[in-house]
Amino acid sequence: MVDVQFRFREDEAVNDPAVTVDSFGEQSNATAVRIEPGDDARDLLPHLNRLSLVEVSFPAWTDGRGYSSARILREAGYAGELRAVGDLVIDMLSHLKRCGFDAFAPDKALNEQDAQNAFDRWENVYQATGVDGRQAIWAKRHG
Amino acid sequence: MKILTGNDLKTGAVIWWTGVSWSLDVNDSADVGEHGAALVAREEGARNVVGAYIVDGAKTDEGVRPAHIKERIRALGPTVRPDLTLKPSDPEAVNWVI
Amino acid sequence: MYKYDEYDQQMVDTRVAEFRDQVRRRLAGDLTEDQFKPLRLQNGLYLQLHAYMLRVAVPYGTLNSAQMTLLGDIADKYDRGYGHFTTRQNIQYNWIKLEDTPDILAELAKVEMHAIQTSGNCIRNISSDQYAGAAAEEIVDPRPYAELLRQWSSFHPEFLVLPRKFKIAVIASETDRAAMRLHDIGIKMVKNDAGEIGAQFYAGGGMGRTPMIAPLIREFVPLDQLITYSEACLRVYNRYGRRDNKYKARIKILVHELGRDEYVRQVEEEFAHLLTQPIEPPLAELERIKTHFVDPGFEAGASDDLDLTDPDFRLWVERNTHAHKQAGYVIATVSLKPVGGIPGDATGEQIRLMAQLAKDYSFDELRVTHAQNIVFPHVKKADLYTVWQALDAAGLSTANLDTVGDIIACPGLDYCALANARSIPVAQKISERFGSAERQAELGELKLKISGCINACGHHHAGHIGILGVDKKGLENYQLLLGGSEGADTSLGQITGPGFTEDGVVDAIEKATEVYLANKQGEERFLDTYRRIGMAPFKEAIYG
Repeated sequence: MVDVQFRFREDEAVNDPAVTVDSFGEQSNATAVRIEPGDDARDLLPHLNRLSLVEVSFPAWTDGRGYSSARILREAGYAGELRAVGDLVIDMLSHLKRCGFDAFAPDKALNEQDAQNAFDRWENVYQATGVDGRQAIWAKRHG
Repeated sequence: MKILTGNDLKTGAVIWWTGVSWSLDVNDSADVGEHGAALVAREEGARNVVGAYIVDGAKTDEGVRPAHIKERIRALGPTVRPDLTLKPSDPEAVNWVI
Repeated sequence: MYKYDEYDQQMVDTRVAEFRDQVRRRLAGDLTEDQFKPLRLQNGLYLQLHAYMLRVAVPYGTLNSAQMTLLGDIADKYDRGYGHFTTRQNIQYNWIKLEDTPDILAELAKVEMHAIQTSGNCIRNISSDQYAGAAAEEIVDPRPYAELLRQWSSFHPEFLVLPRKFKIAVIASETDRAAMRLHDIGIKMVKNDAGEIGAQFYAGGGMGRTPMIAPLIREFVPLDQLITYSEACLRVYNRYGRRDNKYKARIKILVHELGRDEYVRQVEEEFAHLLTQPIEPPLAELERIKTHFVDPGFEAGASDDLDLTDPDFRLWVERNTHAHKQAGYVIATVSLKPVGGIPGDATGEQIRLMAQLAKDYSFDELRVTHAQNIVFPHVKKADLYTVWQALDAAGLSTANLDTVGDIIACPGLDYCALANARSIPVAQKISERFGSAERQAELGELKLKISGCINACGHHHAGHIGILGVDKKGLENYQLLLGGSEGADTSLGQITGPGFTEDGVVDAIEKATEVYLANKQGEERFLDTYRRIGMAPFKEAIYG
């Protein structure tokens, strides 16, 4: 069980135990799953409607596979909680959020003020990720 | 002998452990014996140094000299810019690197 | 050239603030070096053999005189009076203080420059043809596409912690001056049968310890799918590139292990999916960027006459200038390879002089080349002698472009913490031995490239003659390679045999050039003769 330090959702926090991707396929009643860096997020796509929590694990923040996993789930329409778990660093928080994460459970609690600064850092963004509701700079230029 | 080098955290300057503090001059290097790893941990933790590591060296007539060419260049400065070395006024200084 | 709008300016200003905050947290002890290192690298700040080193981006190698002037000023104010132009069209400073870095970045931001993603496991500075927008033979100016990709790749949230660094080059001419197929992704702008411009993609090229030439992965990507297709290429790499071994983590290994066809299949699948996502900028954005790259106000009917009575000037014109698309103009290259000099180095004063000359005589524009030289892209022929005289007075008139003296060399063990051997002293000895006008003329085009370790920053695999410095039981040793090329005819050099000492490798090159001269047919270059007669005669002369 990890502590969620930052959450950007209005609904009730989900605290169902997250199972591995492998056992998720076998347990038809599980509602929470945990994706490791080597897992294929697309394996979950047939089951999105019964999921209310997906944890994406970052054993080391320098392994960026979880960013793709997150976007893939959001692109497929997953709307439940998407929680980044593990070795999270302040400087990547806003980028995680841009890939669709809306909850953050770092191994070690982050400095609140520095983290808040990081979330608020980028007033504008160059890309549309399509999953964070933000308008890209190019869209503003040609709005 | 075992000597300890690293870079000053704020300035990046190459520094050498003298036994009590850090010096810009390799000739001030002390033999750290078996204490190198502990010193690295302590001094990096105190943010006095970054990228510290232990190298083999020897006391010669000219002073302390690291065993490997890489650290001799590190100690003196780039061999292709004698004006930027530890001894800019000595055009022969580069010779002890090779 | 591209001019920032309020958004671009805000992005670089925000990055300066972010990095200032990171440095503060590092110095206060809130970040350990292990945590800080990947962050500082994404801002081009290395810890090298002697000090911190800062690499400043020159996007697709294009800059204006105000930017160039500041690069000279930074050399004097924050460094030791010089900078080093790199093989990826950037500039790096060797003696930077961590505590000064936020201020340096703030000064750079004022002239629309930065050090964003000039290192780290992310998409690096996009490189391009140094003659873009000026060369007679190009299909289109490749820089608007490079700029579109620059903005897309800057702080791309999904691709900031890739398995390894990722380099992209964009060209738009049959003559490849950017080593396009030796990049992680190489893009060649092409025209299809219907006359439409699109992008041809190559993926999985690179040098380093496992050199590979990128295979073609798509003939034609329409301009309104350029970002989406790039994103598909990167996503497949981010998900499946190896992360278990740093030396097998580049995309070239993924493409090689999967096979080109399987990589293409996965990219096409991802591409088809991403086309359903709202991620592609409208063509209007590309059109907006293109308006920044219109031709400068060339003088119509400018004279093509050149007075070549000064023999030194004549030699320089023959060697260092290239045909311009506009009559009466020429592209001029300033060689940063004086005989016995340090390849790619320029003093603050020289940098400012080149800036001033560009302002006065090249429509305020300069280019950095991957061969570590500087280009004035648009010089009126009537001004060329004046420009040359000013260069000559500053020691910048070396006439050796693409000859044996125009050596690419990495900083090597004189500066680099990763190097195994020094590169610069070898380059100096070679240019001293072969750099006379007579010998250069005799040897013709001969691209010589030196790396001080297997990482191949000096492109040794791609040199007609390549040199790789290795550590042999604590001593510097140099392997010799022949037959590489990074032009449109890209090939990888082959090692001749056992390595040499520093002096030994210079002698071996002498022998190789003798074989060339003895076997040369007609107008053959060294590379052509090597390709025709093969390694054996060279090997025999060198080791026999």
